[in-house]
Amino acid sequence: MNVVEAEGLKKHYHRRKGLHRNRQLALHGLDLQVGEGEIFGLLGHNGAGKTTTIKCLLGLMRPSAGRVRLLGAEMPASRVLKSVGYLPESPYFYQYLTCRELVTFYAALAGVPASQRSERVNSSLLRTGMLAAADMPLRKCSKGMLQRVGLAQAIVHGPQLLILDEPMSGLDPLGRREVRELILELRREGATILFSTHILSDAEQLCDRVAILRQGSLAAAGRMDEILQVSQSQFELTWRQEGSSPPLLSGARQLAASQFQVQVAASQLWQALHVLQGAELISVQPLRRSLEEVFVASTASPTSASQLQEAPQ
Amino acid sequence: MKAISIIGGNTFKEAVRDRVFLGLLLFAVFVSGITLLAGQMSFGIDSGVLINSSLLAMTLIGVGVAVFFGAQLVLKEIERRTIYTLLAHPVARSEFVLGKYVGLLLTLGLNCFFMALLLWAALSLQIRGFHPGEWVVLTAIYFLFLELSLLTAWTLLFSSFATPVMAVVFSLAIFAVGSFTEDLRALARAGHAGLPRTLALATCYLLPDFSVFNISSRAAHFITVPARMIWLNSAYALLYSGFLLLMTIVVLEHREF
Repeated sequence: MNVVEAEGLKKHYHRRKGLHRNRQLALHGLDLQVGEGEIFGLLGHNGAGKTTTIKCLLGLMRPSAGRVRLLGAEMPASRVLKSVGYLPESPYFYQYLTCRELVTFYAALAGVPASQRSERVNSSLLRTGMLAAADMPLRKCSKGMLQRVGLAQAIVHGPQLLILDEPMSGLDPLGRREVRELILELRREGATILFSTHILSDAEQLCDRVAILRQGSLAAAGRMDEILQVSQSQFELTWRQEGSSPPLLSGARQLAASQFQVQVAASQLWQALHVLQGAELISVQPLRRSLEEVFVASTASPTSASQLQEAPQ
Repeated sequence: MKAISIIGGNTFKEAVRDRVFLGLLLFAVFVSGITLLAGQMSFGIDSGVLINSSLLAMTLIGVGVAVFFGAQLVLKEIERRTIYTLLAHPVARSEFVLGKYVGLLLTLGLNCFFMALLLWAALSLQIRGFHPGEWVVLTAIYFLFLELSLLTAWTLLFSSFATPVMAVVFSLAIFAVGSFTEDLRALARAGHAGLPRTLALATCYLLPDFSVFNISSRAAHFITVPARMIWLNSAYALLYSGFLLLMTIVVLEHREF
């Protein structure tokens, strides 16, 4: 079952420029499906349409065209949001509340019964590493702390679907690792997670599937292993050879005292293996593309932003 | 209904934790103290002056709270993007508007209650006992609360589309015009019959009539008000505020965040 389904999602913005009203396309008929229990990454440059997509999914914005279904219900549907947790980008919360008061407020709004509220609030603050600072006023919190409190309010009601807009932003490396672990833990508990990010290494480590947006369109989408498709045209050979003689294959780089590595074309693989017969072969691996390479290739756009603007109305 | 009470409680918390609100409350204590002191020191000042000046102070402080806090209610949530997390919960936009309104009414209610207590204490000291006509003072405070509720509904409507500064300006203008609606109506009636007079009269009837809530001169002389007036004023404030809140909901339903 798909937990998130978007079909032909379009969004136009109207921007005033003097007397003219320009219609700017933010999303171009986007199709998106996120299956139950998946960790789905929404990638793209600034302005690619990630946040607009998330806002359309949640009903904070009305799509100009297309339809959205969350957890099987046509959006906008307020009751579905009971089972959805959301962390906005660079969250800003009520400064006059403490961290605990804020998470309690959102727990109450999400319908957590009063008898369980205190326990659930403490548990979510603990999971996000904020229990020690639970009674700190939000106006005194750092950006990273606000991000953690934001995560705590998103998970306090045990949502089936978590939508996180740049969840790692503002976090230090340790914080990012903790959030990555939390996301994996939530998935193990049965949650489906959709998150947008700029940090490709996080997406690479976490996501089952990703979608790369470019100027409001889907530039690439698919399972991580499909996206980073294993290349059949290049292989990486690693071997160990005795003595201090030069590497058996030209172009090899030395990894350790007697250990070497080289990349060869598939057509030359058998020939290379034949040469290495006298050496100790450690590995033969097909080469993988990094997500960064895929991202750069997908987002290198021939269309400029100005081409997306339609005629003034 | 639950979301309204949760958002209302949070709005109330926001207001009472604000230094401006505390400052206004302190000012109320100061004004009441001055009035009481003047009453004690001067034989010329009677309970009527005390009631009149206290009701005036309550009106000014109440208008300050309604306009200052009301003008920021919706726009601050949008500008600071706290509305994202709020509306990503099972909260309808109508519940958001009503919650904000209820929160501010609670704040105004607390303010009126606190000032009524001060006035009651001052009156008790002044007339050394309880005057049966004091109930009309309570009615005057209730009417003031109705007046502030109506003003808050206007401010909330302005706050849904205008900047806080503009919302303050519009709200104060509505309060000023609404306080003289009766005179404006008389002026419109005095004109020559025709379309301009009809339009002027229609405008006067569309504007709020805050003067119906002002019974301070009756209260000062302990002249009771008929029960019918209490019902009519309550219905007027309720229906008018309800209409304004409906307009605010319509505006917000069409807004995107």
